Formats: sequence, structure tokens, C-alpha cells
Amino acid sequence: MIVLSAIVSLTLLGLILGLLLGIAAKYLKVESNPLVDELEALLPGSQCGQCGFPGCRLAAEALAQDNAPATLCPPGGSALAKKIALLLGINLDLSDVSEPELLVAKINEDDCTGCTRCFKVCPTDAIVGAPKQIHAVVADACIACQKCIAVCPTECLQMQPVEVTLRNWHWAKPARVNASEAIC
Amino acid sequence: MLSFFKPPAIRGGVHATEHKEATANSPIVSDFPLPCKLYLPLQQHVGKPAEPLIKVGDQVLKGQLLAYSQGLVSAPIHAPTSGLIIDVNDYPAPHPSALPIRTIVLATDGKEQWQKKTLVVDPFALEPEEISLRVGAAGIVGLGGATFPSAVKLTQGRRNKVHTLLINGGECEPYLTCDDRLMQERPKQVIDGIRVMLHGLGAAQAIVAIEDNKELAFIAMQAAAQSYPNISVIQVPTRYPMGWDRQLIRYITSKEVPAESRSTDVGVTMHNVGTAYAVHRALRASQPLISKVVTVAGGAVGKPMNVELLIGTLISEVLAFCEVDSEKTARLVMGGPMMGEALPHSAVPVVKGSSGILALTATEIKSTVEQACIRCGSCVNACPAGLLPLEMMSRIRNNQLEAAVGFGLKDCISCGSCSYVCPSNIPLVHYFKYASGELITRQQAQHKTEQTKRLMQDRQARLERIKKQQEEEMRQMQLAKQQREQAKAQAEAIS
Amino acid sequence: MINCLKLNSSPHARRDSNIRAIMQQVLFALCPATLFGVCVYGWSALFLFIITVTAAVIFEAWCLQLAGKAVKTSLQDYSAVLTGWLIAMTLPPYAPWWIGVVGAGLAIVVGKHVYGGLGQNLFNPAMLARVGLLIAFPMEMTTWVESQTLFSQALPSFSESLRITFIGMDNIDAVSGATLLGHVKTELSQNHLLPHSLDGLFNIPDAWLGLMRGSLGEGSLFLLTMGGFWLLHKGILRWYIPVSLLGTVFILAMLFSVYDSSHYLSPMLHLGSGGLILAAFFIATDYVTSPNTPVGQIIFGIGCGVLIFVIRTWGAYPEGAGFAVLLMNSVTPLLDHYIRPRIYGRDNKGKPLEVVD
Repeated sequence: MIVLSAIVSLTLLGLILGLLLGIAAKYLKVESNPLVDELEALLPGSQCGQCGFPGCRLAAEALAQDNAPATLCPPGGSALAKKIALLLGINLDLSDVSEPELLVAKINEDDCTGCTRCFKVCPTDAIVGAPKQIHAVVADACIACQKCIAVCPTECLQMQPVEVTLRNWHWAKPARVNASEAIC
Repeated sequence: MLSFFKPPAIRGGVHATEHKEATANSPIVSDFPLPCKLYLPLQQHVGKPAEPLIKVGDQVLKGQLLAYSQGLVSAPIHAPTSGLIIDVNDYPAPHPSALPIRTIVLATDGKEQWQKKTLVVDPFALEPEEISLRVGAAGIVGLGGATFPSAVKLTQGRRNKVHTLLINGGECEPYLTCDDRLMQERPKQVIDGIRVMLHGLGAAQAIVAIEDNKELAFIAMQAAAQSYPNISVIQVPTRYPMGWDRQLIRYITSKEVPAESRSTDVGVTMHNVGTAYAVHRALRASQPLISKVVTVAGGAVGKPMNVELLIGTLISEVLAFCEVDSEKTARLVMGGPMMGEALPHSAVPVVKGSSGILALTATEIKSTVEQACIRCGSCVNACPAGLLPLEMMSRIRNNQLEAAVGFGLKDCISCGSCSYVCPSNIPLVHYFKYASGELITRQQAQHKTEQTKRLMQDRQARLERIKKQQEEEMRQMQLAKQQREQAKAQAEAIS
Repeated sequence: MINCLKLNSSPHARRDSNIRAIMQQVLFALCPATLFGVCVYGWSALFLFIITVTAAVIFEAWCLQLAGKAVKTSLQDYSAVLTGWLIAMTLPPYAPWWIGVVGAGLAIVVGKHVYGGLGQNLFNPAMLARVGLLIAFPMEMTTWVESQTLFSQALPSFSESLRITFIGMDNIDAVSGATLLGHVKTELSQNHLLPHSLDGLFNIPDAWLGLMRGSLGEGSLFLLTMGGFWLLHKGILRWYIPVSLLGTVFILAMLFSVYDSSHYLSPMLHLGSGGLILAAFFIATDYVTSPNTPVGQIIFGIGCGVLIFVIRTWGAYPEGAGFAVLLMNSVTPLLDHYIRPRIYGRDNKGKPLEVVD
């Protein structure tokens, strides 16, 4: 008798709670996902294409659908990757990922003809120069989208790593010698 | 009983083996042979680099201004001796990276011809502001190694109405004895410099703090300060890092300097004894800062000594003079062993911040294989700032840099006490320096991202403006064309 | 000119200290008591000790190899030897050999390497082993024998000892008995009150000289205390945990025994039994599993003391040190999270201090 009442009461409880959950799933559902907008706001918005997607909005959509890794944006570096991971609520292991090597464009002044094609396409106006004058890249503004390289007729534009100076040098992370390789 | 609950006067720190016997008892050597070339980096101080006003080919005299300071926080560079300027270009900096720094190269002519010196006036007849100006014009920076422009510090002190000038005669770093010898051999000049600084600050008193392992220096300075009741000379316990200004301030005045504030906020300012000596030379003899007493020591040095060197002397020449065995040298350090930086090679010059040159052997460095952290807590006991080095290190290792900041990374002074005591030989300070540098880099990347957005928006706005302008012109043209056609039609209708 | 030197960050000096040196000092401090224990219990104790320590080292080597770490260098830090030694100190001297091996296995494999190796474990490996053995093999772990005076004839001979360790004790009941705490608990449950239940069986001088029944670690408390003071003198230990642990037990015992001395043991007997001294100086003070800061350590010690007293007095087990240490080990990360030193120039919450003129 006791066993029977236990079975009946637990079954009833399960049914009632299941019903409540079903009702909640239908009527209390969270509607549209504002996640894509928030992700897009985090990204630089320069549509440079280094992530492999034709534009930051599409990259944000891919991130929201978990079709792209959080580390997809080189100009944003690991700081941006962390923010994306925080927003998406995923665990990010950056220990194997080194900071992407930041590149900037550089004009070889010997070959520049002053045709102005490059500064017309630069999304951040990082190239300065007038028609028939030699152009130069302002390294601070360059985001390495490489659009200028695509249009330059004399191939005087090249990507180079950001120069390390006394101002931006700092100690590298101490390497952990794998104990099995240690000589002792 | 209550004293049990009072915080200890000296917190943390280590009893580092001193290694000072080799150089503490011999006088300062002043006959270092004049080098053929002197290399003067334009930035030997905190702040903006100096800007040269000479050019290649100029003949210069000893003490002549070569580069003027730029902006408020900066310091000028003077010629350490007479000669010819042969280059103004990039040369390796005395820095672990040995990256290039803009340097003036002076070929000495051996004549040691001074420039015409201005009349020496009584410094105490000058206005306090004038003292700061002259100290700044002499290129004096903090000679304890921090190289902050002393004129700026004096002005700050005067504006904040400090009441006490603390003079740091601690020299807590092992091996270094340059301040010790300076106090023993030239105490009157140091005290005079202190008096001049007191006048420049408008402060009521000066306290000279000397670690108790320097008995002779204490006696000499006490004797020299006897006739000046507002200058007292006291002994402080020998414990690295007693020379950390905040530690010394708490010990002497029992006041703690709040975080993110300066020592002037508690009415105190601190200068090194070497700086006081340089101030004396500048104000009494009109001599700018062109030479420095440097301790050359270490197991690989054949003749360890304190030597007065001209700024810009190549370290390779100094090492040759002191008979350094390059085979035995495992590490070359500029400064003391606890906070000094390692140099990759010796073709770099002595600068204003060089208090020591150490050629250390492998036995002295005692670097062994890094082992696992056993959470012994020795680092927590040793940290003078009250941080948790083991927790910071484990967060940094796992790339959680913001979490490391939560344990006090921003308050770390890189004194090295934690690494010194760690039984597992973990390079703790290296981790902290890496993390600090990395955080700054990320912050800069962050700024760049924001700047990029702004630049893109500006560009969009510019293009739209141009488009609108073109449309407007188009519209005007259309309007003008219409009006012309109307006029023509009217004219035809009339005729 | 000197060129191409390998670059390292400051500092460029260290004191002479390494993990091996620290472990060696601890082993040195344990030696007198261990030696004494072996002498009063005979060869069996020695065999069990050797087996336990050897098993610990073998398990450590095996785990290091599985983890791909350098076996030879890591073994040389003596941490496995110390763990095995401490386990042996807490076992009944005449326990069979496989108790030692299982204990060492539990401690090294489960208590240390499963967590990640040296420095990563949450629980004290030796106590984990002891508690594990106690729960799994209560019979073998609670068979205590009388200790004899040094080198007495009554001790089993060499061949008898071999038999005891490797085959098992026959005639157990003739030589075995309860420890002080076990005896008291049994007597109280039969309503035989203190102090008469102790008459002629246990007293304080015997405890301090090592003549009471127990494990090697419950032996000469005098020698153990000397070892503890040696470590304090060398700076390997700090006084916070031993003093707070022992002090708490003492004060609680004092309060209760003053209140009702027929049901509660006197403080000195509490201090002198159940391996409390061993726990206070050698076990609770384990670096990895105790808090980093002085205040944290004091709270840890007090917590251990309270739990030990509670388990001894009202718990089902006569001996509480193992459980108490394990429970407080689990609280250590919490203590480390909330109790931090005050940073210079900041208040306890981390905000900069007010500027006071």
C-alpha cells in the first residue's frame, strides 16, 4: 500500500512539473537574440576581412552561431578574443595562442608614382599624400586590411611587422622548460 | 601587548648577502683614462628625450650644453669633456634589448677644456625657484637609479610644502658601495648639497638615513652635519629593500604613503646622496652632471673598485680597466643584482642612472632548473608591499592577467625579494614584468581598435560630405541650365 | 668585449635554498622520534617503515614516468620519501606489509599525482592515506601493541618480526590493546568514569617518554617536540599553525575537564595522545595544503584544533587528527581567497588609503 502510494505520488509530481515546464517553454520563451548586435559592436568595424568573413556583421553572426572561433579577429588581439568569449560565455584557452603578429603596410618610396589609388581605398585614411606626390602610411592608423596592396600598380606597398622600439619592448613570458627536457 | 598588533615597522624584505667587502674599503678611483669616444644617449632620464642643438662636425667644450630638455619632464645633456661631435645617430641602448636609441657620439681631444663658467653665486641668496631652474639646467636626475628629473621633484616638493627632506643613504643593493664611499670621502659636499636642496624646497628639516652596515659613512656624515641643527643623520636597519622610498618613509615617519599618491602628499620628499652631491657641484661650481661614481664588482672582476667615470664611457672599456675575465662572466648587470638589468653585450655606454656594473659568475647567480611551486609562502613573507607573488604567478602562467592584477600586480615594485627567496627557483619578477608589459600592450591595442572605429567614421563622414557637395553642385548646374533654357525660350517667344 | 650573453630578468641573485634542502631538514627532525619508535617496537616496525617509504618512492617514480616528467630529478626532491615516512609514522607498528603499500599508493597516486603532482594537491597525502586505510581496513589499523623498553627481551626476535610483518600476527589478543583514546572511549561508553579508568594504564610521563601504546608517531613526544622546535629554529616552519592547533585543543580540553573531569580528559593527556604533536608540527603544517598568510594559518590551526577535540570527544572514532586535517585542507582555498595581506598604501579592501597630513 505504501509502495503504491509512493509510485502514484511521484508519477503525478513528475507529470505536473513536466507540464509546467512545457508551458514555460512556450509562453516565457526569450525572443530575438540581441547577441549579434553586441558582438558587432565589439569588433573594430573596419570590414578588413582578415577574419575570413566579408565584413564584421557577418563575422558577428558566425560567432553567435558558433561557426567561428573567438580568436578570429587579428587586429583586436587577445583582448578582443577575451571579450568575445566573455559575451558568449565560452571558456577560452589562450595559452597556446600567441598574440597575432601585428602588421602594418609600408610604402617603398623609390617605387611610388603618386597615383593615389591606395589612399582612395584605405578604410581608416591611414595613407597620406597628394596626386603625383610620394605617399606614406601612418602606422598608428593602419589596420592591415591589405586593400591598398591589392590596388597598387607598382607593388611598392608591403606588409611588415610593427617595429619594436624601446617604447613598446617588454619581457616575454618566461618559458616553462618541460621537465623531461631539463638537463640536470 | 598592544605592540603585538601594531604592524611591523619594516615589512618583508630579505637579508641579502652583501658582497660589499671587495669595494667598501678602497677610495674612489679618479684616474680612469680618458676614453677616445663618448656615447651620450639623448634619453637617460624619465620623460621626453632631449633634443640636440649641436650638429655633426661641431667642436664642443667640457660642460657645454649638447641637447636641451623637451617639455616639463625632461633633462638636458652636457658634454663630459671637450672634443668633436662625430655622429648623431641610433646606437645600442644600455638596456636588456639593446635596441637602438638616438645617441650623440663625441670624439675626445684630450684637452679637457671647460666652457666659460658663469660666476659662482651664493646659492642661499637665490630664490628657491631659481635653485630648481639651475638644478634642471645642470641635467641632474635621480642618481639612485630612478633617473627622475630632480628639478621637477624639487618644484613639486616646494609646491606641496613638504616639511621633511629625506636623503637616502641606504644603498641596500648588494655589491654596490658608491654611495658609501661618497659619504665617507666627500661628506661636506653632500651636506652642502642637502642644505641647498632644503633652501630650494623651503623645507624645515632634512634626515639622512644610512643603513647600519655603513658605520664609517655614518660617522663621517654625522660629523659633517654637526653644525647644522636642521640636518640629522640616523641609522636604519640593514634589510633589502630598505632603500625603497615608501618603506623608508614608513620606518622614519610612521606614515604610509597611500597607493596612487606621491610621497609629497605626506609632507616628505626623498633624494639620493649622489643627487645631493651633484646639486652641490652644480650650484657651487657651476658644473653640470657629466660624471658619476660607479661600483664595478662581481666574481669575474679582477680589480673591483669604485671609479669616477665620465657619462658616455663604453662599458667594455670600464671592464678592461678593471680586468674582467670574460670567460667567467655569466651575466653582465647594470645596477645592483636585485633590480639591475642584464645587458646582452658590453658595447653600450655608462649613463646617468648607472650606479654599478657587475660581472657575475655562474656561482653567484645560482640559477638552477625551475621546479614546481610548493606553496611554501616564503614569497608572501618576503614581499615588502604585501602582495601574493605565488598567486599572481600562477594566474599569469595561465594567461589570466586581470586576475593577477586583482592580487596586487600594479603595486609590485619589482624589488626581487620574492624571486630571491623562492626555493623552487621560479622567476617571479620576470612573470610580473611580462604581465605588466603585456597589459600595457593590450591596452594600446584596445585604444587602436577604438581609434580605428573613429577613423572609419571620420572617413565615412568625409565621403558623404563630398557626395553632398557634388550633388549640390549638380543641382545648381541643373538649375542654372533650366534658367538658361527658360531665358532662351522667352527670348525666342519675344522675337 | 663581452658579447651574446643569455638574458634574464632581475634579480640576479638567490639565497641557498631548494626543495630538497627543506625536505631533508624535515626528515632530519623526524629521525630521532622514528629511531626511538623502532627501538621500542622492534624489527617489525622497521620493516613496515622501510616497505612504506620504498613503496612511496616506487609509486612516485611510476607516476612521474606516466606524466612524462623527469623522474630522476623529481625524485631527488625527497617529497615522496617524506610522504612515505609520515604515513609510516601513523600506522600501527605491527601492521602487515600490504597496509604500508596500499597506504603509500593511496597517498602518492590518489593524493598527489591525480591532482597534478607536487604543489597541486588539495589534501594532505599522508592523511588521505591514513583515513582511507582506517575506513577500509579498520581491523588492521586499530590493532595496537604494547611498547617495550628499549632493546628489551620481550620484543619479538628478527625472525618473529619477519613473520609478523609478512604473514601476520598470531596470538594477537595476547599482545594487543587499545591506545589511550580508544580505551577512554570504550570505558566511557560503559560508564566507567575518568580518572579511575586510566589507573595504572596510562599516565602523562609515559606519553612523553614514548612508553604508551600507539603508532611510531605517537611515541616519544619529547623527541617529536624537539624535532618541531628544530624546524621552527631553521625557519622551515612558522609558529602559527602548531601554536594555534595545540593551544585550541589545550584550551578546549581545559574548559571541559574543569567543568566535568569525570567525562572529559585532562588537557595534558589530550596533548600527549593520538599523534597530536606529530599532526601539529609535521602534518598540518604541510606547505601545499595550508594557507599562505599568518592569519589564515591561525584560523586553520584553530579549526583543526576544534575539529580534533570534537571528534575525539563526541565522534565515533577515538582519534580525530586525520579527519580534522583533511576537513581543514578543504577549507584552505577559501581561507586563501578571503584572507589576504594588506597591500602597502591600501586598506584591507584594496582601496588606496586616505591622504593624512
